[in-house]
Amino acid sequence: MSERLDVMKTYKLLIKGQFLRSESGRTYEVSDAVGGFLANAARASRKDVREAVVAARGAQASWWESSAYLKGQILYRWAEMAESRRRDLADLVQRAWGIGEDEALEDVNAAIDRLVWYAGWTDKIAQVYGGANPVAGPYFNFSVPRPCGVVAAIAPSNGSLQGWVDVVAAPLCAGNTVVAVASHEHPLAAFALAELTATADVPPGVLNLLTGDLAELAETLARHEDVDGLDLTGAGEFATAMAEWSADSITRTYRPHPGDDPTRRLRSFIETTTVWHTMGY
Amino acid sequence: MRVPSVERRPSFADEVQLRRALDHLSGVDAVGVTHRVAKLATRSLKTSTKSRAIDLALSMIDLTTLEGSDTPGRVASLCAKARRPDPEDPTTPAAAAVCVYPDLVADARRHLEGSSVAVASVATAFPSGRAPLSVKLADVGAAVEAGADEIDMVIDRGAFLSGRLGQVFDEIEAVKAECRGAHLKVILETGELVTLDNVKRASWLAMWAGADFIKTSTGKVSVNATPTVGLVMLEAVRDFAEETGSLVGVKMAGGIRTTKDALRYLVLINETVGSRWLSPDLFRFGASSLMNDLLMQRTKQRLGAYVRPERFSGD
Amino acid sequence: MSDSFLVSPLGSLEYAPAPESAALARLSDSYGLFIDGRFSDPESHELVETLNPATGEPLARYARGSTSDVDAAVRSARHAYESVWRDLPGSERAKYLFRIARLIQERARELAVVETLDNGKPIRETRDVDVPLAAAHFFYYAGWADKLGYAGYGAAPRPLGVAGQIIPWNFPLLMAAWKLAPALAAGNTCVLKPAETTPLSALVLAEILQQADLPPGVVNIVTGDGTTGAALVAHPGIDKVAFTGSTEVGRRIQRTAAQTGRHLTLELGGKGANIVFEDAPLDEVIEGIIDGIFFNQGHVCCAGSRLLVEESVADEVLRRLRRRMDQLRVGDPLDKNTDVGAVNSATQLDKITELVEAGEREGALRYSASCALPDRGYWFAPTVFSNVSQTHRIAREEIFGPVLSMLTFRTPDEAVAKANNTPYGLACGVWSEKGSRTLWVAERLKAGVIWANTYNQFDPTSPFGGVRESGFGREGGRQGLEAYLDV
Repeated sequence: MSERLDVMKTYKLLIKGQFLRSESGRTYEVSDAVGGFLANAARASRKDVREAVVAARGAQASWWESSAYLKGQILYRWAEMAESRRRDLADLVQRAWGIGEDEALEDVNAAIDRLVWYAGWTDKIAQVYGGANPVAGPYFNFSVPRPCGVVAAIAPSNGSLQGWVDVVAAPLCAGNTVVAVASHEHPLAAFALAELTATADVPPGVLNLLTGDLAELAETLARHEDVDGLDLTGAGEFATAMAEWSADSITRTYRPHPGDDPTRRLRSFIETTTVWHTMGY
Repeated sequence: MRVPSVERRPSFADEVQLRRALDHLSGVDAVGVTHRVAKLATRSLKTSTKSRAIDLALSMIDLTTLEGSDTPGRVASLCAKARRPDPEDPTTPAAAAVCVYPDLVADARRHLEGSSVAVASVATAFPSGRAPLSVKLADVGAAVEAGADEIDMVIDRGAFLSGRLGQVFDEIEAVKAECRGAHLKVILETGELVTLDNVKRASWLAMWAGADFIKTSTGKVSVNATPTVGLVMLEAVRDFAEETGSLVGVKMAGGIRTTKDALRYLVLINETVGSRWLSPDLFRFGASSLMNDLLMQRTKQRLGAYVRPERFSGD
Repeated sequence: MSDSFLVSPLGSLEYAPAPESAALARLSDSYGLFIDGRFSDPESHELVETLNPATGEPLARYARGSTSDVDAAVRSARHAYESVWRDLPGSERAKYLFRIARLIQERARELAVVETLDNGKPIRETRDVDVPLAAAHFFYYAGWADKLGYAGYGAAPRPLGVAGQIIPWNFPLLMAAWKLAPALAAGNTCVLKPAETTPLSALVLAEILQQADLPPGVVNIVTGDGTTGAALVAHPGIDKVAFTGSTEVGRRIQRTAAQTGRHLTLELGGKGANIVFEDAPLDEVIEGIIDGIFFNQGHVCCAGSRLLVEESVADEVLRRLRRRMDQLRVGDPLDKNTDVGAVNSATQLDKITELVEAGEREGALRYSASCALPDRGYWFAPTVFSNVSQTHRIAREEIFGPVLSMLTFRTPDEAVAKANNTPYGLACGVWSEKGSRTLWVAERLKAGVIWANTYNQFDPTSPFGGVRESGFGREGGRQGLEAYLDV
């Protein structure tokens, strides 16, 4: 009896809730830890970056205006979906890294737990980072943290699923929408996790995922004026150049430092707005 | 224009129309008014400006005595002081008026004959206004009869606060008719109206009903004239003038005791509503002790040294 | 009806001059740099003049800090950081800051006069706003120095190290306080670079730091121009850059900081919208518009320089605004009754003039207050443009002067869309008696500060700063500490 032939999967981009090939039609080969062929992934172009940013911008206001409770529910739902696909995700991690099943599951578990952690943040951010200010005058004065808008996030190049969750969920839970670039070498688990947003009620455009070659995309992303925040976690050799390019539009950037508190990334993509209102009659 | 252009004294078919017209007025933000007043309080009036302002303030005083213990003798000395506030300096301006209860109007009239000082009388069951309309009108009639040039009436604050705006309006109209040419000052008793929105609405209501002056206070409640209330009333008369062509005066009464207080009001006028109101025909201080403080400051300006209070009569 | 109707036959009350004494400033002929707790000998530097913009005459000469001066200041700050300040108990740092606050209060009158002479802003503002707020800022952050663990950034947050701080000319002393107070409270040491045209109040502040016995090197003040600032930003010995100024310079600084991965906060330009709804309290609106654009001659990054008025009340607002503008007292900044002082420099006056001419060319309708302007010094009459459309340069570019551009809107959505139609995002005003709508609008305005039924209010407890191209990071409040902590 012959072995069953696998059904091979085509990995696409996620833009505005749709799974699309790159407009350029290009793909690249993703290999496993020992160089074997795993899949073809879409190789995003600059135009795909543009489309993804448009999608993220279009979704931002309504994502921010949806209640913090709902955003928490949606992120938790995403974690639930991931939990039910834990072994599939671990399988992708295992093959990408060439590690054992248990080790792969550890990364997946950590990723899911992190997602749950962020889901719980949505309705705490305003309380922890905002508040009322006792100004010396007849004014009610309060500060509320707000999302900075559209965040472009470069996922860690090692393909860690937990690292991937950090770069996308931190800005998302604060009400930003995200254009994420997955690890060039290990994009498959990230893509699989992103796919689950489709069944977790994450509104289209809130999370957009690009795969491809950062060398091609870095400048376009960093110089895009409609990108408000830039997470350079996985930007590697491009990090400094991207930070410089992004200065043209005063973009907020986050570059991780060893020992960073996990809230540091979250805080990098919120802005405090302070409102004064007269109190009197 | 926020309110549709109206005749000088618009008539309102009913209370609903009156209320609608008042609802068209823009609101007042008390914090903003306070901020503005505080900024203007820092104005520094020096040398010739200060001298001119002191004389202007003196000429705007309604020298007032409104006590149960008032007597013809007390009124006589007050009238003498109103005519010649500083006997040592004949250039000192006379007061604008002497303000008394109706039963003392005749006395005041007699003592002020031949002077520029007018006789003003409170009326309409001053200070509470709690009497039947017929009694209030009789009160006014008696004062006018006795020779009052100006009548200071009180509005029915209870009616205003409970929303019976038509009643307040009608009373003012009726009193105006009873004045028979005497100038009508309508006391809003802003300390009882409490909010600046109420002050603004009551000002417009009184002006529409025929007030020649709107006046802050009786001096008989705990909160009297304040600069914030003054600013709101001044803005009301300015807007009313632009809308109708009629100039209505403003009288600040109660609690104004120092030159500094008085000069702040003159600055308010100067910088908010236009200098037209810098004149006793459109602005008054209802006060008694203010006069001596102004006289002390005036003498200091003249002599260059501070003087003792006893230099001036204690009236 | 003509407004002349409101003019008295007796004439208005003309105010006699009420000047504050310039001698209170006790200015020296020349000033050195403040490095390592000492003033250097002025003659050892290249000296430049700072002018009184109200007369165009020189006030004093001060040192242009060179690259080696900056280096000495940074080394001094580093030494002070490592040997004294970083490890000093917070309660002791607090006491130094309290001392500074008190000394500012004690020398308030002198500081106000110095600031007015050097900057051109009215003495009423320096006396009632700049100086008291500077003292209040030190007072506020003093109390944080021994409570950093309660600020919400971890139990024992660490300082960043040496902060390089560059401040603008529009609120010289106040901006120095905004920079120094939180930095010092958090345990950093500082090198402060005052603006080229307004160095003097920072040098008086340096004397105050000496009187407070602040350890040498904890604060160094290096005066100079843009090259001095650039040397500071590029210096490898600093851990943090804080800059307040133009967006153009901010971009350059951000690029420099990107190369080093250094901590950075920026407080840049703005084109704030002041939104007036039909139901707003009109008389207070007019004052708010005046405060929004003519405060400090409009040299305010958060100025309400775009007036957005609901169409139904636009004519009425414009009429009242023009009338009010004619009452503004423009002139001698030292006169206690002056509302609008001198433009800070010839350069700034040229920029304002150029943009106003562009506004006229583009077809907007100009109205300038009917005030007489002094014949020496740098002056610009309070000006409002109506019939402005969003494509006009005066609706898009920061003028940084007493020039207002008025546009109209019809619905709350349109007001928000127009307010946000700018790359900036510093401050906005909303005027309405309807609280529900005000909060709805506030939620949607892309701005770091929103004033409802007021404008240009500041307080040390209230975080200030922008979004988008107005910068990032906050000054003031608990949030202001984050900029100086390694968290």
